[in-house]
Amino acid sequence: MTAPMLDRTPGVAGVAGVAEAPATATGTAHAAAAAADPMLPRPFRVTARHLDTRDTVTLALDPLDGVPLAFAAGQFTMLHAFGVGEVPISISGDPRSCGPLLHTIRDVGSVTHALVGATPGTAIGVRGPFGTGWEVGAGQGGDVVVIAGGIGLAPLRPALLELAHDRAAYGRVVLLYGARSPEDILFAGDLARWAAHHRITVEVTVDYGPPDWTGRVGLVTDLVPRAGFDPAHALALVCGPEVMMRAVATALVARGVAPERVRLSMERNMKCGVGLCGHCQLRELFLCLDGPVLGFDRLAPLMDVREL
Amino acid sequence: MAGPAILAPSGLQALLDVLRARGYRVLGPQVRDGAIVLAELADAAALPVGVGDAQAPGRYRLRDGEPDRVFGFATTAQSPKAVLFPPDELLWRGRRTADGFSIEPVAPADEPDHRPVAVLGVRGCDVAAIGIHDRVLLGRAHVDAHYAARREEAFLVAVTCSAPGGTCFCASVGTGPRPRAGSDLVLTELTEPHRFLVEATTAAGEAVLAELPTAPATADDLAAADALVEAATAQMGRSLRTDDLHELLPASAESPRWAAIAERCLACTNCTAVCPTCFCTGVEDASDLTGDLDERHRVWDSCFSLPYSYIHGGAVRTWTASRYRQWLTHKLASWQDQFGTSGCVGCGRCITWCPAGIDLTAEVATIRELAEAHDAVAAASDGDVLGGHR
Ligand SMILES: Cc1cc2nc3c(=O)[nH]c(=O)nc-3n(C[C@H](O)[C@H](O)[C@H](O)COP(=O)(O)OP(=O)(O)OC[C@H]3O[C@@H](n4cnc5c(N)ncnc54)[C@H](O)[C@@H]3O)c2cc1C
Ligand code: SF4
Ligand code: SF4
Ligand code: FES
Repeated sequence: MTAPMLDRTPGVAGVAGVAEAPATATGTAHAAAAAADPMLPRPFRVTARHLDTRDTVTLALDPLDGVPLAFAAGQFTMLHAFGVGEVPISISGDPRSCGPLLHTIRDVGSVTHALVGATPGTAIGVRGPFGTGWEVGAGQGGDVVVIAGGIGLAPLRPALLELAHDRAAYGRVVLLYGARSPEDILFAGDLARWAAHHRITVEVTVDYGPPDWTGRVGLVTDLVPRAGFDPAHALALVCGPEVMMRAVATALVARGVAPERVRLSMERNMKCGVGLCGHCQLRELFLCLDGPVLGFDRLAPLMDVREL
Repeated sequence: MAGPAILAPSGLQALLDVLRARGYRVLGPQVRDGAIVLAELADAAALPVGVGDAQAPGRYRLRDGEPDRVFGFATTAQSPKAVLFPPDELLWRGRRTADGFSIEPVAPADEPDHRPVAVLGVRGCDVAAIGIHDRVLLGRAHVDAHYAARREEAFLVAVTCSAPGGTCFCASVGTGPRPRAGSDLVLTELTEPHRFLVEATTAAGEAVLAELPTAPATADDLAAADALVEAATAQMGRSLRTDDLHELLPASAESPRWAAIAERCLACTNCTAVCPTCFCTGVEDASDLTGDLDERHRVWDSCFSLPYSYIHGGAVRTWTASRYRQWLTHKLASWQDQFGTSGCVGCGRCITWCPAGIDLTAEVATIRELAEAHDAVAAASDGDVLGGHR
């Protein structure tokens, strides 16, 4: 068989009437692709499994190849349960730590069920890290309000760890956290530690409280107007169900926080994490690449349209 | 570059032979099951000589074309997308091991009897669509390694379209009927006498051309090709105005038209499957009975399917109207933000293969009319309100 001619670069043809995008160096891109195909999972091993609540588990993972995975607070990975499937999960550990990679996972379906059930020793595939981060540092010199609903506290934990670590660089730091019920409260130890040792104001509210619950009952949104922070110099980080995020962001903007300083972590179906599968699109955004963390200035008009 | 050349009709066999001798698996248009499709081609006699196609919304059939004409039809039913970006691509194989599992990447070259592909008869619309896939899948932050491998080794022989169909509108979106840059060779089928004008557009194309029995083209040949392009341009069944779509469609997110379309749309996903630029995929994990082997496949997916947007708690786009809106808005507007080009090359396939005969060119026109009417009403009532209250 004669070798075919390979001395060509694929042409890039535009559709007339539209501005040409900058020419792309496809040759270089091909070389990069060969080096690291972002679709190939790397095997990690579960080194510890901590039951956070009745349906949520934190897994500690170590890379089998020994190369640690560097990430920014707010980024996610695609976690692969061998023979079951792959889902996007945010990293919940400390971005500064060289220790094991942490993910906090709520059991809601087939893949998360397999992940939550993974015992120490189990191998898990990891792709990533992908996506944008919280950019906590942008809040330095001002107040920071962190608002979480349910499992939404997990993606925010790396940001809170960063705030706690650099506490002196920030003004007031407030965490408003809504859980379904007292027994669904995540990271209770962290919450107590942040409040006691890092001057973080922690306000917890639950949807349903049993008779012996002495804390707050109600929506986390209702805590926003009363939280002590200076809206003109605040950075807000929000993660939770989309309806909750929209309500919270609207309330924050109404209090005077600049929309671009209200950052939300968006959730959509994600199959690739690298902008190729199309699933995570929100109009012109690929939420796996342009997000998941984005400013409310970009998101507000898109969140206003039903089923966009 | 060597100038344009003339190839006799018998020279098509020489072209196939040269490509095959260079190691290509050659695909070309052929009649299969009542349609003209791309299939492996060794013998030029298998080309659809004298066969044409009749395409209309929701309708496709073969018809008698001009006798002797080899490329006297509009488009192949499926585009070369299925070749360079197959509906099911094996990405890797995983194997359980003593200490966990190992992942073995699978490349197209690992297929048994793999050969690089040469496609004969690619229309201008499809050449442009491949250029768009190059941007989407090769030109951004992350590269689709499998597409990169197939694309890099592929050889494309484009053919100027002389018989646009009833659903075609490449002329209005600037992708045809004369193929733009992106292929290796461009053929134009001329008559009286029957002959092919051949132009090489890459070094690879030039090398192939050098091996063909050709004569230099004359000014008359070039003029005949121009006349053919002009005649084909005048025959387009449809047209699409594109200049305002980037603003029009996002601004029409709440247009009543989406619900009206949804009354006809079956969400069957045909349009996205035949569209040469749609690139959405899902992954399927297949494991064997022992659970020791795991395979990851990348498969075509469609924004028209309900599970496509599923997240825990329910799909984001539950209405067909939202899904059609996603498709059209992505294709014609968001695509421009994402990739600097429209996502529609005017091939007309989504119109032809829609069982309900939904025509995006007509829907865009209606959405535009509704938006203009809405603006007019708004302007009028605005005036009234201000006039009355100031
Ligand atoms: C950026 C991002 C970060 C996330 N971080 C976390 C986290 O830290 N902890 C956590 O518990 N959950 C997180 N999720 C949600 C998690 O991905 C889903 O709960 C999970 O995909 C459900 O899969 P399943 O197979 O268990 O559920 P099923 O209901 O069986 O889902 C079937 C399939 O639908 C898709 N799917 C379902 N729900 C979602 C979803 N919410 N998002 C994306 N795809 C979905 C998946 O492909 C899934 O395999 C995150 C989601 C995103 C997009
Ligand atoms: S949207 Fe329709 S006409 Fe346009 S490229 Fe896709 S299939 Fe062809
Ligand atoms: S139109 Fe739909 S299927 Fe086609 S690329 Fe866009 S989102 Fe994917
Ligand atoms: S998850 Fe595939 S494009 Fe974003």
